[in-house]
Amino acid sequence: MADVTMTVWRGDPSGGAFTDYVMPAVEGEVVLDVLHRIQAGPAPDLACRWNCKAGKCGSCSAEINGRPALMCMTRVDELPVGEPIVVAPMRTFPIIRDLVTDVSFNYTMARQVPPLAPRAPDAPDGTYRMMQIDVERGQEFRKCIECFMCQDVCHVIRDHEENKTQYAGPRMFIRFMELESHPLDTNDRRELLRQKMGLGMCNITKCCTEVCPEHIKITDNAIIPLKERVVDSAYDPVAWLGRKILRRTKRSAAEADADAPAKTHPTSADGPTPTPTAGIAASS
Amino acid sequence: MSREGDELGVSTVEDLRPVPVMLGGVRGGPDARTLRRDRWWGSPLVTAGFLSAFIVYSTWAVFQNSDYFVGASAHRDLISPFYSPCLTYSCGLAGGSGRGWLFIAWWTISPGILVLGGPLGFRLTCYYYRKAYYRSFWQSPPACAVADGHGSYSGETRFPLILQNIHRYFFFIALIFNVILTIDAVMAFRLPGDGGIGVSLGTVVLVINATLLWLYSASCHACRHMCGGNVKQFSKHPVRHRVWKFLTPLNARHMQFAWASLTFVAVADIYVRLVASGAFHDPKIF
Amino acid sequence: MPDYESHDFDVIVIGAGGAGLRAAIEAQERGLRTALVCKSLLGKAHTVMAEGGAAAAMGNVWPEDNWKVHFRDTMRGGKMLNNWRMAQLHAQEAPDRIYELERWGALFDRTADGRILQRDFGGHRYARLAHVGDRTGLELIRTLQQRAVAVGIEVFMECKVLRLLKDSEGRVSAAVGYWRPSGEFVIFTAKAFVLATGSIGKSWQYTSNSWESTGDGHAMAAWAGADMIDMEFVQFHPTGMVWPLSVRGILVTEGVRGDGGVLRNSEGKRFMFDYIPPMFAAETADTEEEGDRWYDDHTNNRRPPELLPRDEVARSINSEVKGGRGSPHGGVFLDIASRRSAEYIRRRLPSMYHQFKELAGVDITAVPMEVGPTCHYAMGGIRVEADTEASTVPGLFAAGECSGGMHGANRLGGNSLSDLLVFGRRAGIAASDFAEGRTGAPAVADGEIAAVFAEATAPLERSDGESPYDIQRDLQETMQRLVGIIRTESELTEALVELDKLEERCKVLSVSGPRTYNPGWNLATDLPAMLTVSRLTTKGAIVRRESRGGHTRDDYPLPDPELGTVNLVQRVTTDGQYTLDPEPLPQMPAELRTLFEEDAH
Repeated sequence: MADVTMTVWRGDPSGGAFTDYVMPAVEGEVVLDVLHRIQAGPAPDLACRWNCKAGKCGSCSAEINGRPALMCMTRVDELPVGEPIVVAPMRTFPIIRDLVTDVSFNYTMARQVPPLAPRAPDAPDGTYRMMQIDVERGQEFRKCIECFMCQDVCHVIRDHEENKTQYAGPRMFIRFMELESHPLDTNDRRELLRQKMGLGMCNITKCCTEVCPEHIKITDNAIIPLKERVVDSAYDPVAWLGRKILRRTKRSAAEADADAPAKTHPTSADGPTPTPTAGIAASS
Repeated sequence: MSREGDELGVSTVEDLRPVPVMLGGVRGGPDARTLRRDRWWGSPLVTAGFLSAFIVYSTWAVFQNSDYFVGASAHRDLISPFYSPCLTYSCGLAGGSGRGWLFIAWWTISPGILVLGGPLGFRLTCYYYRKAYYRSFWQSPPACAVADGHGSYSGETRFPLILQNIHRYFFFIALIFNVILTIDAVMAFRLPGDGGIGVSLGTVVLVINATLLWLYSASCHACRHMCGGNVKQFSKHPVRHRVWKFLTPLNARHMQFAWASLTFVAVADIYVRLVASGAFHDPKIF
Repeated sequence: MPDYESHDFDVIVIGAGGAGLRAAIEAQERGLRTALVCKSLLGKAHTVMAEGGAAAAMGNVWPEDNWKVHFRDTMRGGKMLNNWRMAQLHAQEAPDRIYELERWGALFDRTADGRILQRDFGGHRYARLAHVGDRTGLELIRTLQQRAVAVGIEVFMECKVLRLLKDSEGRVSAAVGYWRPSGEFVIFTAKAFVLATGSIGKSWQYTSNSWESTGDGHAMAAWAGADMIDMEFVQFHPTGMVWPLSVRGILVTEGVRGDGGVLRNSEGKRFMFDYIPPMFAAETADTEEEGDRWYDDHTNNRRPPELLPRDEVARSINSEVKGGRGSPHGGVFLDIASRRSAEYIRRRLPSMYHQFKELAGVDITAVPMEVGPTCHYAMGGIRVEADTEASTVPGLFAAGECSGGMHGANRLGGNSLSDLLVFGRRAGIAASDFAEGRTGAPAVADGEIAAVFAEATAPLERSDGESPYDIQRDLQETMQRLVGIIRTESELTEALVELDKLEERCKVLSVSGPRTYNPGWNLATDLPAMLTVSRLTTKGAIVRRESRGGHTRDDYPLPDPELGTVNLVQRVTTDGQYTLDPEPLPQMPAELRTLFEEDAH
């Protein structure tokens, strides 16, 4: 078989460049296999993140020929023959070295999500009754393997670094939707989504859905339904009237925000915070 | 915890601390707009081309102010979707018999302009068209993993784009138009003169047009949300779950319905125009 | 001594898979200052790979099910070599742990009346596995991860721990490691440590385990003087992918055979009919017709031999391949395409369909799969006290796959996920108790810290030495060839010689490049643990001169009743010597023994 040329970005915060590696082609290999052979051969210190090598852990995200993809699920023989395979790190996150980026942004955002606030159990033994139709919608979002490629491809933060302080991103939006449509949940995160999590920043151009390796319909099934929920809470006088008549209230953004782990149980990852530990979610 | 905003129906923005994310880290990879080598520009180009063509044609058609109505006396009761419901005397004059709708006597410019707002607003705020024109016209972004090139970006959080949130009201307006255009399609079954029933090519065109518009509306994201998507526990609302289940596969084809219905509105207008101008005789099928 | 960063906590949990997360949650909720240290990013641990489900006798599908039946199934599956108390606690507490996950947001598949659905699996008498399609592990780790975030556990990601250090009284007091991103050293001092580092499978060539499964916890505990038990029991799953080479070892779920898939050799023969052991002859079909009828009628037919226990099937495949009747790439054929409709296969086995489609370009609805045994799970591990998961070293606890005893000689499918939850929690409680009772600040000698640093950085300072990649490859080949699924005395002895050589080569490791995210260096620091666990496995395998569960000796093909009453306990002495002593199994109380006597009629 012919050789395969891998054009891999090598570098660190001080700069970097593409380096070509020509490796003999092996039948049935994925991009990650070739990188491993490069590590075992010409470049033992080539940095790349990987774990399961079966598309289940979401560690080996990179940009292959310019498109975010899992290196372990991209077969070499499916890429254009005779052209070099260009592998670059995810663009949206700060570089650590070579193909490894600092994805802590996503973990910081995960701490801003107010967790499940379950209703009282349905049975005396403390268990719940949920039907399959109740859980199916949320199960789609729970397929997420946290590869963060949706966060990487989203132009809101990919092209506008300054938005990172106010934009949760597609991965967190499906988490929010999972909770907002969770059959046990009693919380209301809509105002938080609107005011702090940057749901309005998304202009539904659907790149997150295009790159999702789990084929989660991020835009259609999570972001747009969330936008519609925010319309219910903030832009719909009929819904407002309904709340008045039924004497329902919605939770303000500050109230919802106070339930986020970053507020109830701050860690060193949350930076200096004026609010002391409240200690509610821990007791169950 | 102020709830003042809720009193007004529109919430105030509270003073929430931004998320403490370290900004400005050095990014990896080259400083290129994109590393993609495929024809990523193809799709936005085609979208822009089609949308532009439609805008040009529809503007031309709406300002024609003629040949949009084929009265029953002439052959069939056909009206262009651009001009329906016809709110001025002009329809009556054009077709001879009059349609019996609310006529505005003093309006002499094209009646198409009066009814343009509803469908236009529905499509402008549509979740699919938003993607289409943000990508193709605004280049925000033109394609995935291609830099949008804008200096700053605030999405749909500020005026005027915050108005995208009123999509659901345009949905209701669109439903009214769907009813009217369905009536138009039903009217197209009338035979001239004695009021018998028959089908011509024009009838088929208006029926397809009305059907596609219903499919486009039914597949709307706001519709899916209001019909059942906003329920937390489906098992407690079996009917709404059934509706939601029915709408979900339609919703997955919203893009296809958006294009098909858009194209067919133009096709219907062209057809009516050809018949009304006498360039083409609407053939009877049975 | 190089600069280092230091952190002090009450409880440090090493490993962020299911067991580690569950232990950390428990300690944090007790109000102790808890930190989780893991080698990868949070949520990427090997638990995500689990497919089938978590076994718990909730009785949602079969009300007849209860902890006693589960206990009995577990003990029999483990060939009675299990720690009975662990098996009992596991069976008793697993349902509560599952319900707890539900309160934390897990969305399990449901029964028609809204309870958690349970599925059938090999060795379990009743349908018992709570599951979410075929991605239960992901659901479990995500639920625990989100809970860990909610309770505010400090997480140190991509931080590899090299060694555990003890104070002058012999209590574990510090964990020394380094940050993978920066390569900088870090020291965690704490009053109690929980090891939850998972498996050892990366020492074999063909494994379903990820790169992380280098046996760090096993080795660190052994180096700290902890007892290790039954290290010879390594489960080889009969069906892993064999082609393309790059995906060799990735698991093909048992569900394929449960749903009608059969094993054939290159002659097209269903060879499993030739390998029915006398022990299972009474309950196994001896004609293809009867086997095929079983899928629709369990009561009047016996199950097909493809559904024999994992160890039997793995051995049979192995001997077919050795006999020259294997598939082109050295496996056998697993055929479901000719037996079930394409629609059925896609509905029942969605992830298998995609796995073969995307990775091998094989449409399993049209052609058979090629499969072969793959290293899957370590039954043996750190010896722990059943109720507290305390190791024999004060201040050191262990839970999950790195602990030993729970699964005996062979683990039943579905018992690992519930094991993580039950014993993760118990380890968290006991570690918290220990931390609260411990007096004085944990202290370790500077000299010991410096020695760990020096050992870790030595390969970076050397040039022209051995490449860690070469040593890893040779180790994997050695273990695959000599300490694989079928073992003999001569090969095991040869393996020890090879391991000695590899250990010598390890002393002259050299790696190039900086310390920041340097995979070559990272691998170099994994190798000592890989070698240690390989040695423990090999030594145990030599002494266990019998075939039992996951351990098969060609030269001793039958179980030995004598050996069936002992654990093989291994220790590493302070001067690096390995000792091995058989010690009697803990004795089951009479009332539990009756469960097996009733059954024996």
